[in-house]
Amino acid sequence: MTPLVDAKGISLQIAERMILRDINLQLDTGKIVSLIGPNGAGKTSLVRIILGLLQPTRGEIKIRPGIVTSYLPQRLTLQQSMPMTVRRFLELNLTHQDKTINEALEEAGVAKLAGSSLQSISGGELQRVMLARCLLRNPQLLVLDEPDQGMDSSGQQVLYKLITEIRDRYQCAVLMVSHDLHLVMSATDEVVCLNHHICCTGHPESIFEHPEFLQLYGKSADGLAVYTHHHDHKHDLRGNVVDD
Amino acid sequence: MTEYLGEAFVWRALAGSVLIVLMAAPLGCFVVWQRMAYFGDALAHSALLGVALGLFMGINPSWSVLLCCLVVAGFLLLMQKHQRLGAELSVDTHLGIVAHAGLAIGFIVLSFVDTFRFDLEAYLFGDVLTVLPDDLWRMVSICILIAIMLVKLWKPLLLVTISEDIAHVEGVSVARLRSIFLFMLALVVATAIQVVGVLLTASLLIIPAAAARRLSNTPEKMVMLATLIGLVAVVAGVMSSLVMDLPAAPAIVLVALVFFIVAQLKKN
Repeated sequence: MTPLVDAKGISLQIAERMILRDINLQLDTGKIVSLIGPNGAGKTSLVRIILGLLQPTRGEIKIRPGIVTSYLPQRLTLQQSMPMTVRRFLELNLTHQDKTINEALEEAGVAKLAGSSLQSISGGELQRVMLARCLLRNPQLLVLDEPDQGMDSSGQQVLYKLITEIRDRYQCAVLMVSHDLHLVMSATDEVVCLNHHICCTGHPESIFEHPEFLQLYGKSADGLAVYTHHHDHKHDLRGNVVDD
Repeated sequence: MTEYLGEAFVWRALAGSVLIVLMAAPLGCFVVWQRMAYFGDALAHSALLGVALGLFMGINPSWSVLLCCLVVAGFLLLMQKHQRLGAELSVDTHLGIVAHAGLAIGFIVLSFVDTFRFDLEAYLFGDVLTVLPDDLWRMVSICILIAIMLVKLWKPLLLVTISEDIAHVEGVSVARLRSIFLFMLALVVATAIQVVGVLLTASLLIIPAAAARRLSNTPEKMVMLATLIGLVAVVAGVMSSLVMDLPAAPAIVLVALVFFIVAQLKKN
């Protein structure tokens, strides 16, 4: 069976800078791919190219025609001037929906926010509201750009559980950009490490095989997995690439 | 006041301004949401050029204004495209140039037209009391067109306002939708010129919408409230112009302004 998304030889050059070089990436039905890499590695650019929001300089992307895609951008800057409740936002769905809005909000754990204004809820709540909207859309492809940034570990776990549930239920392909270099969602099927080119890909190891991590994070590490890999580059503590 | 209600021109004035509000209030909400107040101004100010060209060439200014606004809308679209590719000057600078270039060239063209053939003030501030049956029919058809477009494009327009990226991913043709909206705005501005004039048209778009913001929790409620405020403003403005001999357009803007100020007293 052909993959849902098949990106071949994707390169992106802006002015003199090579942002992405010769990227091959496939997304399959029911599989979760986590994209990791240092800051400025081109993760968001790659995601935007796959979504058709950005044209690559070279390469081609084949996407199965007629699929429903849901996208959670890294940051959603809401206009204060437009009044919008959580419920009304969920009603703004352009595709058909099988679920009621209350059920979707319930599943995302944000049912009590239905009447709140979209501008008044926290960033983490907004991410969950966006996921509730994804539940309504019944997507075949779900793309999330650092959905867990700025969340505490319990918030992260709820989010990961929800993403895994959406994958299990709809058998959709998931592409998720992780904000952490070494920690990814444990349900991840494939990890892709990006630094302008693809450094390496592989399967994450279960967190439970790493007693050191268990010791470090205790039970709060539930839902996470480590991806140990060797870079062909070095980075500082913030994840910025440093030259040798 | 009752003596005016037997006059056909009074009813035409009221009907014309009501039709304008029915279009301007919902579009004005989008103008406020998408920070396009200067787009409204640029379209309205450059409409004076349309008036001038119409008078100069001896065609009905209503049609030349319409044509002029559509051409300016096309020009603004090109500018937006250019802006996206990275321009040194920001959008508001470009819009300010378009608006005032339109006014300046308009005044220069008008200087070639015999002054007794037109009433400049009527174009600057509108003259709602001179709405003719023909004007009314034009307004009705444009109003119906705008209503159909708004109903059809409502959800995509709201989604684009929240996030262009999400809208694009969910299958909305964002660039096409933006162009359609700008041409709708041009149509409404060109039609509103007769009632509120080139200088005050933008205020009829934004003040009722801005007044409704704090009193609403959904976009639909904001549109309905803005429409209601606009309707009260035009009816009060037209009547005060008849009874107290105030200029109609400034009176309309003043009533809307009072609504805006009172709405700000509500705690957020």
